[in-house]
Amino acid sequence: MQHKVIDTKEVVIRFTGDSGDGMQLTGTLFADASALFGNEISTFPDFPAEIRAPQGTVAGVSGFQVNIGSGEIRTPGDFCDVLVAMNPAALRSNAKWAKPTATIILDSDTFDEKGIKRAGYKTDDPVTELNIQGRHIIFAPITTLTKESLKESGLDPKTIVRSKNIFTLGICYYMFNRPLDTTEKYLDNKFRKKPEIAQANKKALRDGFNYAGNIHAIPNTYKVAPASLQKGTYRYINGNQATAWGLLAASEKSGIPLFCGSYPITPATSILEELALRKDLNAKTLQCEDEIAGICTAIGAAYTGNLAVTTTSGPGLSLKSEALGLAMITELPLVVVDVQRGGPSTGIPTKTEQTDLNQALYGRNGECPIAIIAAHSPSHCFDAAFYSAKFAMEHMMPVLLLTEGFLGNGSEPWRIPSMKDYPAINPPIVKESDQTPFWPYKRDAEKLARKWALPGTKGLEHRIGGLEKNNDGSVSSDPHVHERMVAERAEKVARLANYIPEQTVIGEEEGEVLIVGWGGTYGHLYTAVKELQAEGKKVSLTHFDYIFPLPKNTADIFSKYKKIIVCELNSGQFANYLRAIHPQFSYLQYNKVQGQPFIVKEIVDAVNAIL
Amino acid sequence: MKYTPQDFKSDQEVKWCPGCGDHAILASIQRAMPDICEELNYTRERFVFVSGIGCSSRFPYYMDTYGFHGIHGRASAIATGIKVANPTLTVWQITGDGDALAIGGNHFIHAIRRNIDINIILFNNQIYGLTKGQYSPTSKLGMVTKTSPYGTVEHPFNPGSLVLGARGTFFARSIDVELKLTQSIMLESAKHDGTAVVEMLVNCVIFNDRTHSLVSDKDVRAERTIVLKHGEPMIYGKNRDKGLVMEGNSLKSVVIGENGITEKDLLVHDAHIENPGLHSMLIDMKWPEMPVALGVIRAVKDKTYDDNVRDQVIDAREHAQIHNMDELLHSGATWEVK
Repeated sequence: MQHKVIDTKEVVIRFTGDSGDGMQLTGTLFADASALFGNEISTFPDFPAEIRAPQGTVAGVSGFQVNIGSGEIRTPGDFCDVLVAMNPAALRSNAKWAKPTATIILDSDTFDEKGIKRAGYKTDDPVTELNIQGRHIIFAPITTLTKESLKESGLDPKTIVRSKNIFTLGICYYMFNRPLDTTEKYLDNKFRKKPEIAQANKKALRDGFNYAGNIHAIPNTYKVAPASLQKGTYRYINGNQATAWGLLAASEKSGIPLFCGSYPITPATSILEELALRKDLNAKTLQCEDEIAGICTAIGAAYTGNLAVTTTSGPGLSLKSEALGLAMITELPLVVVDVQRGGPSTGIPTKTEQTDLNQALYGRNGECPIAIIAAHSPSHCFDAAFYSAKFAMEHMMPVLLLTEGFLGNGSEPWRIPSMKDYPAINPPIVKESDQTPFWPYKRDAEKLARKWALPGTKGLEHRIGGLEKNNDGSVSSDPHVHERMVAERAEKVARLANYIPEQTVIGEEEGEVLIVGWGGTYGHLYTAVKELQAEGKKVSLTHFDYIFPLPKNTADIFSKYKKIIVCELNSGQFANYLRAIHPQFSYLQYNKVQGQPFIVKEIVDAVNAIL
Repeated sequence: MKYTPQDFKSDQEVKWCPGCGDHAILASIQRAMPDICEELNYTRERFVFVSGIGCSSRFPYYMDTYGFHGIHGRASAIATGIKVANPTLTVWQITGDGDALAIGGNHFIHAIRRNIDINIILFNNQIYGLTKGQYSPTSKLGMVTKTSPYGTVEHPFNPGSLVLGARGTFFARSIDVELKLTQSIMLESAKHDGTAVVEMLVNCVIFNDRTHSLVSDKDVRAERTIVLKHGEPMIYGKNRDKGLVMEGNSLKSVVIGENGITEKDLLVHDAHIENPGLHSMLIDMKWPEMPVALGVIRAVKDKTYDDNVRDQVIDAREHAQIHNMDELLHSGATWEVK
């Protein structure tokens, strides 16, 4: 076979296998090594809800896609150049993601009669059945080779077979010219108490690497040069970690300790886990008995003077909605993070969607507007969380931060910011009152924020709660007081528009088509728009981070284009919201509700069809 | 200067029905406050009263302290957040049998399980008052109410049993009309480190009048209740002539002087014993077989949740590798682009 070294700007690799095969780890290690090598990367973990679905079945297939490049990488890639499938089921459910030119690496040991049958093939020839004969397919006996590699390790057979993912990783490192040292260091660290396992995995990694070099069956190896990134120190970060860190950053900038009350829920749990590590930064976390206790403990902490946070996903937000109303009427700072997933009800919990927007906008009793901010990339979760906390504390109101499973689990390299580049946060904490008794709902003239009087402060004793109050804090069901307080609370949220940045456009400031997006679709929409612009199309993108209130110049931007297409991963929730706020424009829609992110090509095709 | 009960009265008009037992509890707590402050060196601004929904939950508005009127059933969770966020506060949850044991049952047992240092004052009138007369989780079996016109077919909770089931460290019981006893229990509750649950037997004059009258009426109270005091023999009765002994595996009420029984044969109350066996039997006692137990039935020392959290924070900060955000951001694997 003629071996080719392909210099490329971008390569997509997809690792798939049984959910017990360690594909998430394999993918993450590959991404880590590539990030440290200096590539731009974007990752997309795609796994089932079951921890261990029946082995060998399509239901149990877990995948992890990585896009690495020397140029701008904004998405995990639509289709892959290399597909690794550790069993017939993984091949069956993932063959559709392989490009016609792709290399497919299979563990031939799993392609026996039983394995093929369990995966649900109708014939005994998966390759023909899937019509992928044109791809370059490498049947490698990965399980046998791993056993052979580690037969002298002294480990038991079960532990040995578990290293087959690392052996596979070694094959991929050869194909992509990755250095082994970062992964070796990782293994040493992870198994520092079991050095024999660290040694075995390191051997499997090297043997996999050497095997790939020796067999001459690999048609192409790839060189992806380091990206020409902006100068600075970089790290690799996923969205949930960035969210947790953004909140911690706001805690540091404000000098207000962080409290997070939460209940574990996919795909938000790792925010709680990340914050639980940070007692060293004076952050307290409470794993509650349920979602309602999560937000209610946070409300208690907010009343007491903490930066209060609760983290959840769609079903949890439903459970929190009454208490969110309480936070709103008591005008306490609170950040509620919703890492959206496929719904309704339990839905498809490990898959991504943007279907909680209506719930975020309208899902409470009474007149209860709540500020909504959305994150647009894994690393942007940091800024989105920071500003959610800043606005919550400075404006004395709850803020709902919408992220998505795709962002929370996805990761990318991130140029590490310096805390000195972030603005100060000045919550309106009051130490003494200019009047007795203290009026808890007296507002400042600009923001309409009330003062934050913390229990323990002498002379400011006051009572607040879910009953409607007058500005002096007395309970009131007077019709005019109620109407005025409803209006004041709404106006306070509306005035946030005076403090958020203006909306911007990527591309020409007027033209044929304006793509409108929000949240985690940014990478795909950006890449699609760049492709269209490269084709000479007059297409621009405006992508919203601030959902409620909208930036003040939104209508100005919309008025400059002939057509507006709102693209989102739901049935049109943002489009309908825009129709209500700015009814003077007509909105076309491109929607997808499959639990999967957009594919760049489908956006490009949809826009071309409209042009 | 010592506070007076007046210092704890807010300017809000008290809106409970005339004759409601809640008035007496409010008075008892306001009277207990000066002693609590003196003994524990508290100042008024350190008190936070938290409540859920129901008649009793209006309580915080009537105290001139910090107060938070929450939503139905969630007061334990709100109180927990307050205490964890600032352990120097003294946190009092006012709740009812519906608020704490029905809609808020989950938060109630988990607060107790964690042993968070809050005081939970449970107003038990065995009825839903604010929604105008539906049965509650403590209503007696067979009770006819608007939602049980044929009588309830549900067994009631005994709040004290729930406290023990959740490995609670403090349980006391009093009656609305026992102002002095209530006042002293509030002081004991305040002194306890951990979740202190005080069950108040309360009369609802409108929807469940005389629900506790068999034991609470003045002329029979001394004969039908026993006030337990740690370290003292279990004696009761108008003439202090009755007591409790252990017979086989059960408690038995005896008369001193009959069948050769002397005061020495009576059980001595040990509220501090960790084993909840005897406490459980005392909590379960019902008239007419036995007197109803009042006073501090259980007060056991254990580490509190808020103490443990505080200790972990201190420890983590002392041994911290990460001291600020910039260090955190640069922790782990990083690389330079030049």
